[in-house]
Amino acid sequence: MKMFLSGNEAVARGAWEAGVNVVSAYPGTPSTEILENLGKYKEIYAELATNEKVGLEVAAGASFAGARALTCMKHVGLNVAADPLFSMAYIGARGGLVVVSADDPGMHSSQNEQDNRYYAKMAKIPCLEPSDSQECLEMAKLAFDLSEKFDTPVLLRLTTRISHSKGVVETGERTEHQPTGYVKDVAKNITIPAHARKMHVKVEERLKKLAEYGEHFSYNKVEKGEKKLGIITSGISYQYAKDVFPQASFLKLSLTFPLPVKMISEFINSVDEIYVIEENDTFLEEQIKADGYKISGSCAYEKEITGKAKIPIAGELDPTVLAKVFGLQKESSYKPLQLPARPPVLCPGCPHRGVFYALNKLKLTVTGDIGCYTLGMMEPLNAMDTVICMGGSVTAAMGLEKALGPEMAQKTVAVIGDSTFFHSGITGLVDMVYNNSQGTVIILDNRITAMTGHQENPGTGKTLQGQEAPIIELEPLVRSCGVKHVQMIDPLNLKQTEKAIKEAVNNPGASVIIARSPCILIEKRYRPALKVDEDKCVGCRICLKLGCPAISFDKDKKKSKIDPMLCIGCEVCASLCPKQAMGHK
Amino acid sequence: MKTVNILICGVGGQGVLLAGDIIAETAIASGFDAKKSEVHGMAQRGGSVVSHVRYGDKINSPLIREGEADVILSFEEMETARYLHFLKPDGSLIINQQQVIPMSVATGKAEYPVDIVEKIKQHIKDTVLCPGMALAEKAGSAKAVNTVLLGALARKLELAPDKWQSVISRRVPAKTVELNKKAFESGYGQK
Repeated sequence: MKMFLSGNEAVARGAWEAGVNVVSAYPGTPSTEILENLGKYKEIYAELATNEKVGLEVAAGASFAGARALTCMKHVGLNVAADPLFSMAYIGARGGLVVVSADDPGMHSSQNEQDNRYYAKMAKIPCLEPSDSQECLEMAKLAFDLSEKFDTPVLLRLTTRISHSKGVVETGERTEHQPTGYVKDVAKNITIPAHARKMHVKVEERLKKLAEYGEHFSYNKVEKGEKKLGIITSGISYQYAKDVFPQASFLKLSLTFPLPVKMISEFINSVDEIYVIEENDTFLEEQIKADGYKISGSCAYEKEITGKAKIPIAGELDPTVLAKVFGLQKESSYKPLQLPARPPVLCPGCPHRGVFYALNKLKLTVTGDIGCYTLGMMEPLNAMDTVICMGGSVTAAMGLEKALGPEMAQKTVAVIGDSTFFHSGITGLVDMVYNNSQGTVIILDNRITAMTGHQENPGTGKTLQGQEAPIIELEPLVRSCGVKHVQMIDPLNLKQTEKAIKEAVNNPGASVIIARSPCILIEKRYRPALKVDEDKCVGCRICLKLGCPAISFDKDKKKSKIDPMLCIGCEVCASLCPKQAMGHK
Repeated sequence: MKTVNILICGVGGQGVLLAGDIIAETAIASGFDAKKSEVHGMAQRGGSVVSHVRYGDKINSPLIREGEADVILSFEEMETARYLHFLKPDGSLIINQQQVIPMSVATGKAEYPVDIVEKIKQHIKDTVLCPGMALAEKAGSAKAVNTVLLGALARKLELAPDKWQSVISRRVPAKTVELNKKAFESGYGQK
């Protein structure tokens, strides 16, 4: 059947067709829809994991049982899961074990650009790179076969443009995979040094076999065009290069680690000029250049191989960038105007807004984390000083305090979301208590994993499939970590919020504030829009400091105004207005 | 057939992504290959959003090259200017007559560009201004701005109106099918 699927939907479909049995993953843009779609199939056990390390370990356990297992994550998620990845590379896979990494060139919603193909090289496992939705489906299936054939985890590497582009896909039916059962084999499954030393030798032998396999792998293919120009490429870069150089000869690689050395060298010798076109890092280029020496001792290629000398290393590649660096892009006759930027904003009625307003007002140093609430750093709230990674807010606050003394703890607050707290904030909190910190942590508990599009988490009482689950309550949890000063607040109540923060930062010992109010998009507790009473409004603009998209300032009238299409009646602005000019009348 | 490139732009929450889906699915229903690309996630609400749709015999890149869009369908006046360099010199432009104020303008830090539509019209001969909201309300719901704009786009493309209608009927809530049909027709009537 033909379907119009995103790369993520196609990976899910392919894994299902391959008979995948167990899936465990933490949401992360651009990977999230893989898990969401796998969660819809009733033949599969699919779960929301607390973090990526957990996701990979659950999948690894399933592989021990001879089941086909998959975990998926965004690129930085693989940093969290790197520990089990490297061990599983030694252990191998009894049932097919597929790790999907969705990288984010261009940083559409990420803190860095990282090319996770290097993880395949570093862990010494095969890397597959599809270049559109059809290949996503086919390679997801193939990944399980490869995994079992070569006794290895397989890295299926996507990028945002693959994950979130849609294309026409020919789908198939599911072939059931019956888990073959657990077999005790300590020499294979226990990574003590004595075993691991032998495993390493096997891993190196496996790589040689995989490289040989790559020479005849049907998805590594030559597309003959003009002899003049030869392009070696993979993934989405193939599609861009195909549009910009339709006449060229192509070597399209899909197994990008280990590389088919003979195939590449033959291709290079068959064309006059050779370019390696890839996004971000020089993953292919470096290997190809090094392989030239591997073939003959000195460089086997008699021609220059050009790649990053021409193509930018930073930022997302696209057909325009490619055409520009090759001098093939016409200048637009239209000169762009200077326009106000339009970055994403906290939604009208977002419960995080009140907390950030208070933090800004109290002039505290705020260590931030990864979630919708990272937007608290934006104008006009300006209430965030640092962001490192998932879970990094709690521990960064701790570091500030330990470097500058307890006085700094009185001027510092860490903010973290509910899902992020379960992901990796809790270990930081344990560290805070254990090492006698005076720090304050605000858990912005909006009862959902909002940024990736509203997934459940251990605090919401629902599974991936929306079935009831035990609720892990935050309050007793942080108390049992040893935090004595714990306050539950409603962040829509500005007075209560400010008071709680003042108390917490002045409290000796670690403090936690749980600011609980559900994300406005799930709860939909819309009340009638507020209006500005223009007789009362004095144009002081205090309400504008909230950064609510529904509030703007009428320059002619010198009064604030509220857009009734956007306002959801949270009344935070009303509580702030010194003239009580905002209300329902 | 030559590849047709359509760029849709607007503000997160306006329905840009669904519009892209409907265009691509209509092209596929008409027997073409199609690809569509956009970025989601990270609280895109209120942010500038763009969707690329390409259809033809065989599509490679899911992204349109600058200067190669046949049509830009814009949901918001200022956002049109942000992506105008994607349009072909003889391309068509459909602008929904609506302004969504960005935060920097709301707080008084920046100005919403004055006469932005007039400035754009000076550059692009084939510009259709579409009162999307008014037409949608007339058809029965302000939420159907989306469908009105698709109607205006359909006029520029060689895909049969009945193909559009059947994809739209499949993609909108059952209760709103008739309303959306009307909205599509009123958009189609815009010149």
